Amino acid sequence: MLDSAMIELSRWQFAITAMYHFLFVPLTLGLSWMLVIMESVYVMTGRAIYKDMTKFWGKLFGINFALGVTTGLTMEFQFGTNWSYYSHYVGDVFGAPLAIEGLMAFFLESTFIGLFFLGWERLTKRQHLAVTFLTAVGSNLSAMWILIANGWMQHPVGAEFSFETMRMEMVSFSEVLFNPVAQVKFVHTVAAGYVTAAMFVAGISAFYMLKGRDLPFAKRSFSVAVGFGMASILSVILLGDESGYEVGDVQKVKLAAVEAEWHTEEAPAAFTAFGMPSNEDEETHNAIKIPWALGLIATRSLDEDVVGLKDLMREHEIRIRSGMIAYEYLQRLRNGEDTEANRGMFADHMDDLGYGLLLKAYTDNPAEATEEQIQMAVKDSIPEVAPLFWAFRIMVGAGVWMLFLFALGFYYNAKRQIQDKRWLLRAFLYSIPVPWIAAETGWFVAEFGRQPWAIGEVLPTTVAASSLTANDLVISLSAFIIFYTLLFLIEMYLMFKFGRQGPSSLHTGKYHFETQGSDKGDHSSGGAPSATAPARQHQGD
Amino acid sequence: MIVDYEVLKLIWWLLVGVLFIGFAVTDGMDMGVGTLLPFLGKGDDERRVIINTIGPHWDGNQVWLITAGGAIFAAWPLVYATAFSGFYFAMLLALFALFFRPVGFDYRNKIQDKRWRGAWDWGLFIGGAVPALVFGIAFGNLLQGVPFHLDELLRPYYTGSFFALLNPFALLAGLISLGMLTMHGAIWLQLRTGEPIAGRAKEWARKIGLATIVGFALAGIWLTLFVDGYKVVSMPPLDAISNPLTKEVVVDPYGWLTNYKQYPLTLLFPILGFAGLGFAVSLSMRDRAGLGLIMSGLGITGIIMTAGAAMFPFIMPSSSNPNSSLIAWDATSSHLTLTVMFWAAVIFIPLILAYTTWTYVKMWRRVTVEEIRSQDTLAY
Repeated sequence: MLDSAMIELSRWQFAITAMYHFLFVPLTLGLSWMLVIMESVYVMTGRAIYKDMTKFWGKLFGINFALGVTTGLTMEFQFGTNWSYYSHYVGDVFGAPLAIEGLMAFFLESTFIGLFFLGWERLTKRQHLAVTFLTAVGSNLSAMWILIANGWMQHPVGAEFSFETMRMEMVSFSEVLFNPVAQVKFVHTVAAGYVTAAMFVAGISAFYMLKGRDLPFAKRSFSVAVGFGMASILSVILLGDESGYEVGDVQKVKLAAVEAEWHTEEAPAAFTAFGMPSNEDEETHNAIKIPWALGLIATRSLDEDVVGLKDLMREHEIRIRSGMIAYEYLQRLRNGEDTEANRGMFADHMDDLGYGLLLKAYTDNPAEATEEQIQMAVKDSIPEVAPLFWAFRIMVGAGVWMLFLFALGFYYNAKRQIQDKRWLLRAFLYSIPVPWIAAETGWFVAEFGRQPWAIGEVLPTTVAASSLTANDLVISLSAFIIFYTLLFLIEMYLMFKFGRQGPSSLHTGKYHFETQGSDKGDHSSGGAPSATAPARQHQGD
Repeated sequence: MIVDYEVLKLIWWLLVGVLFIGFAVTDGMDMGVGTLLPFLGKGDDERRVIINTIGPHWDGNQVWLITAGGAIFAAWPLVYATAFSGFYFAMLLALFALFFRPVGFDYRNKIQDKRWRGAWDWGLFIGGAVPALVFGIAFGNLLQGVPFHLDELLRPYYTGSFFALLNPFALLAGLISLGMLTMHGAIWLQLRTGEPIAGRAKEWARKIGLATIVGFALAGIWLTLFVDGYKVVSMPPLDAISNPLTKEVVVDPYGWLTNYKQYPLTLLFPILGFAGLGFAVSLSMRDRAGLGLIMSGLGITGIIMTAGAAMFPFIMPSSSNPNSSLIAWDATSSHLTLTVMFWAAVIFIPLILAYTTWTYVKMWRRVTVEEIRSQDTLAY
């Protein structure tokens, strides 16, 4: 039995480092495409302002990208350092997409990103655009392979357990590749990344418009952002994650937990809009329910059940008992009693071995678990409901808010009235954090909702950790927190610094802070000269 | 499946070697440059010259390391699991040092402040020198055997301590690793900068190159005389299912010489190591840094292959329970996974080499202080 404090701390460390990494990934995914769009316009029209846009947003892209790379290194190391039994148990399947990600995607992205920043003078226009494009392709392909790996954790297809090597082994690469959960996750995640980037560019551009600065630059950036954002938010919502809930038991548990659905209701199930879920009482207190809605959302039908958590737990109990038998025969086989009969019994119960391993949290030998230990394992077989219930609602709320914003932004931008809608511009500016809130809560729902499994129904998190001590983890976790906090402060400082400076930071001599005071102003803009900006702010709404 | 399991196991041993060598000669070079940065560059402009010689490439080069890590995960899952968790604090030390590089490169030039830039210069130094040292130390420990064992469910347990990793032989291996990469970086700087940096780089290349040659020779003698090797006494057929608990391994005082005795051609590796470094130093001294860089790359390749050939088929011998040792025949992933990965490598490694070469060609020039000053906002 592993030290439970060590396991708990390992989980915290993984959660903190993964969620921290995910602060930087979405912006990279989306902004890389927006740079491609801006630069394409530059190459096609030859208008310098689009080159400046590519360079300026590229600068912010770089500040973000540096931390994405930095924190991505941690993820690469961490499976081995902290989840060594996991690495052994599923490396045969899980390692492959990660390695291919390196070969196919990360090399591409990282090799060309250097030329994106430093190649302006040394490449032709088209070559440079190709470099930008390949960087975007690389980062998005990278996300695809990572989500194939992650999708497999949620819904492990194309693999089988081998008692001789004591691990999961790949039996079909194409099943791993075309895992329906991975496909859905990929589309949902990259589209969310595109929304993040759109919100980021729109919000900062709105800030320049509010200040009355660099209007041609700001308006064009804003137009690209709301167009891209409108398309992306629609994809996120329409191609939402929930279609993935149709497959796999883990996904069913997650769905029920997200909806705090304790009892299976007769179809179509009601949707719990608000309430206080309690794992203790297996009940949601003070629930406000909307009839029929859950059935419609989850099954897209009026006659299919959404299975409740209590029923799922009853199924889990049966599988835990079967898993105990699997464990017993696994031990016999590993001890050299390799008979036809033992193999047969093991094969019959092999699919429940993971459920048997849930008992490892309480006993070294699951085959001899007591009734009490079995009941505890059954309780463990579903995640904590309340955090999932709330995180999911925050994510959806954030998504709806952004849909609303982009729709208005898109509309007024098309009507060329956006500059006068100061309340809307302000809403864009202050909503910059919203996509990050959605991304982080979404990530939390996906990963926390997978608990108690590291690999769905195959390997419990409690078994997956390394054989370290709690003390080791206290040291490493503290180091991560200190380092990451410092890096975050530095990153935010630079983002704010260059965000405030705007395109003037390019030192082209054309923008606000370099022309201020002279009558050149925001030439060609038709917008207000900068000197009147403070006055305009008071006129506001 | 087209390729035999046994052959694939051997191919993957070679491919991991290729990835490590790719890492050492590309990103290792950048680490060498980072290590030299505070010493070779006097003043901010010179330091920016140094950084900009590797500016467009360090990020792509670093992916050799990441891919090597990923390949070990996929091809040798138990090695990845055992080494990374066993060397816990050493790995984290390398990781935290690596943190300084992406941010150091990108953020340094963003603010015009002496202390800010000076701090990042030392960050880039740490990001270069510490991983170079740690990876060498890790190799030094692999050569001596690592105290770990596997239980009946193949869970690895490391029973040593962090400080046990820092033994004299391992530290020597660490210094060789640091030395060879720093020399490689110095020759690169000699090639890609003008005076006075190039002259200083030449000086460092000579000193460090000679020291590394001495260190490599010393390590060879030390290994022969004082470091026990290991020997597989019995094991299942080479194409058997990968199970590291089915073989018998014993300590053999001269075990690491067996391959050299049995296949004398492998002696070419240490020869390549010495000759590569030697030619590199001499070419660098005669201002032929281009050829010198190729030679130092070959020297590094020779040194890595010397260690690999000595240990083959061992990857991670266990000193506390030799039968738990992980070897190239029984610590691999399944036949299918090795096959899939093999084809991925066959397709993508040539592509990577092609487009990486294109980027080097496009960015090729001597970086000068004048150029750096004229591109204040864009360059690193």
